[in-house]
Amino acid sequence: MNVHVLGPFRAALVAVEGHWTWYRRNWRATVISNFLQPVLFLLAMGVGFGSQVQAGEATGGHPYVVFLAPALLVITAVQNAVFESTWAVFSAFKWQRSYQGVVSTPITPAQVLYGQLLWIALRLAAGTAVFLGIAVALGAITNPSAVLAVPFAVLAGMAFTAPVVAFTATREKPDSFNVIFRFLVMPMTLFTGGFFPMSQLPDWLHPLAWVTPVWHGIELARGVTFGTLRLLPAAGHVAYLSALVVLGIVLGRRYFHRRLAV
Amino acid sequence: MSGPAANVTVVTSTLVHAKGLTKHFGSFEAVRGIDVEVSKGEAFGFLGPNGAGKSSTMRMVACVSPRTGGELRVLGMDPDVDGPKIRARLGVVPQQDNLDTELTVRQNLQVYGRYFGLSRSAVRERAVELMEFAQLTDRADAEVEPLSGGMKRRLTIARSLVNDPDLLLLDEPTTGLDPQARHLLWDRLFRLKQSGVTLIITTHYMDEAEQLCDRLVVMDGGRIAAEGSPSELIRRYSTREVLELRFPPGEQSAAEVRDLAERVEVLPDRVLLYTADGEAALSAAHARGVRPVSSLVRRGTLEDVFLRLTGRTLVD
Repeated sequence: MNVHVLGPFRAALVAVEGHWTWYRRNWRATVISNFLQPVLFLLAMGVGFGSQVQAGEATGGHPYVVFLAPALLVITAVQNAVFESTWAVFSAFKWQRSYQGVVSTPITPAQVLYGQLLWIALRLAAGTAVFLGIAVALGAITNPSAVLAVPFAVLAGMAFTAPVVAFTATREKPDSFNVIFRFLVMPMTLFTGGFFPMSQLPDWLHPLAWVTPVWHGIELARGVTFGTLRLLPAAGHVAYLSALVVLGIVLGRRYFHRRLAV
Repeated sequence: MSGPAANVTVVTSTLVHAKGLTKHFGSFEAVRGIDVEVSKGEAFGFLGPNGAGKSSTMRMVACVSPRTGGELRVLGMDPDVDGPKIRARLGVVPQQDNLDTELTVRQNLQVYGRYFGLSRSAVRERAVELMEFAQLTDRADAEVEPLSGGMKRRLTIARSLVNDPDLLLLDEPTTGLDPQARHLLWDRLFRLKQSGVTLIITTHYMDEAEQLCDRLVVMDGGRIAAEGSPSELIRRYSTREVLELRFPPGEQSAAEVRDLAERVEVLPDRVLLYTADGEAALSAAHARGVRPVSSLVRRGTLEDVFLRLTGRTLVD
């Protein structure tokens, strides 16, 4: 039998294949949270609430729903990432113990991490791409350049995912996941310029928003959609988000190893 | 099972070599310096009570748990250096099943096979063979979650064979199974042994060890207390026969029979006489006027060895 040790990239791809096998059987359960929920947001806030908002300086001269849509793309990516980087990872360590099964094969703990992150990135890409399509169909996005907002949204989502996956690898109990959602994801969604401009917030809150991946993601997504993105700030946002991803991978490698090679 | 892979490097006849092997978890010493050699084609057992260090040892041999100290070579390689290469040729059945319970039986085997670098068509074929072997063919496309404990265990064993391993590690393979499921599993493991697969088994079931193991070590408190074949161990640490005299609680008369056997053990309701000839000891006891409620002559077993070496006190 032609058994052999795979390189890191092939190993991550094979791990993704395992996730995909699961997804093919269970995707129906993910449709509502991944695809439907963001659309409901777009309808309620953008179309419904937005009809009461006048286009003006705050919305960059765009109708509210058009102003909101690129930001929702980023928010969708981050919200989709929450479950995948907490409960799903925790379960693979603790309940299903499927990671323990995988590291009995030539796959290493670090490769398990790469596979998990790559899989989440693909899920975020699919989620945001579907949302983009629906937003276009609803007339909330008209600029073709909005397609470029998808990779930025995925990058912002991964800047959240990678450190959270590393954190999850250190957890023996799932208690903190609801805290992450309530006190990290919710404020990150509401107060980072997505629904209203940051200028409406007190100055002392701005630095708090600046450290979140969501704010950087929204700046990038909105900028590229409306053609207002300038190179230097764009490079800064991308660098910051990439740094978070790298930080998450470095910590994640350490914690996955600590958890799976004991 | 298909024959051993042609493209793997030839292994020396020693598949596992450990010398002074230790494992610490913080200040807790799970394994305190053990020497073990397992040769090709052997069925080797680790016996011991809970917490004896069996599973820690198995995990080090499986190259998922780095050793704290000592020497360890598996398939001639150092797990610290060549972990993935060694694991490519091991089969591992962990104490706790870690199947993907939301996948089907077939998918579990196929997905797992891919981690060993096998092609899609190879894992498809292999899954069919293994389901046949594990008597799961009629459940091929059923989800794993609702399967019985015995079926899940069989699937875990089938999955561990997906890479046609040189060495199969089984950590308490039949714990928690009913007698039918255990016997079916033993039968499958026996077949593997016949086909030349080297087995390392941990268990605290003595009948399992006697059934399956050519050679075993008894572990206690992180150390090896004894080593040998089941019959050697019985000869060395027990006697050919054991006479059990049962008394109403508190009325044993051990003093009257003490010199009738090599060793006498007094339990709350029984006196055990370890002797080569149980019937003779029983007649002698009767002649002295000892009147037990009942008596039983049985052959010495590994259980006697085990209890002698590891004591009757609970360790947890």
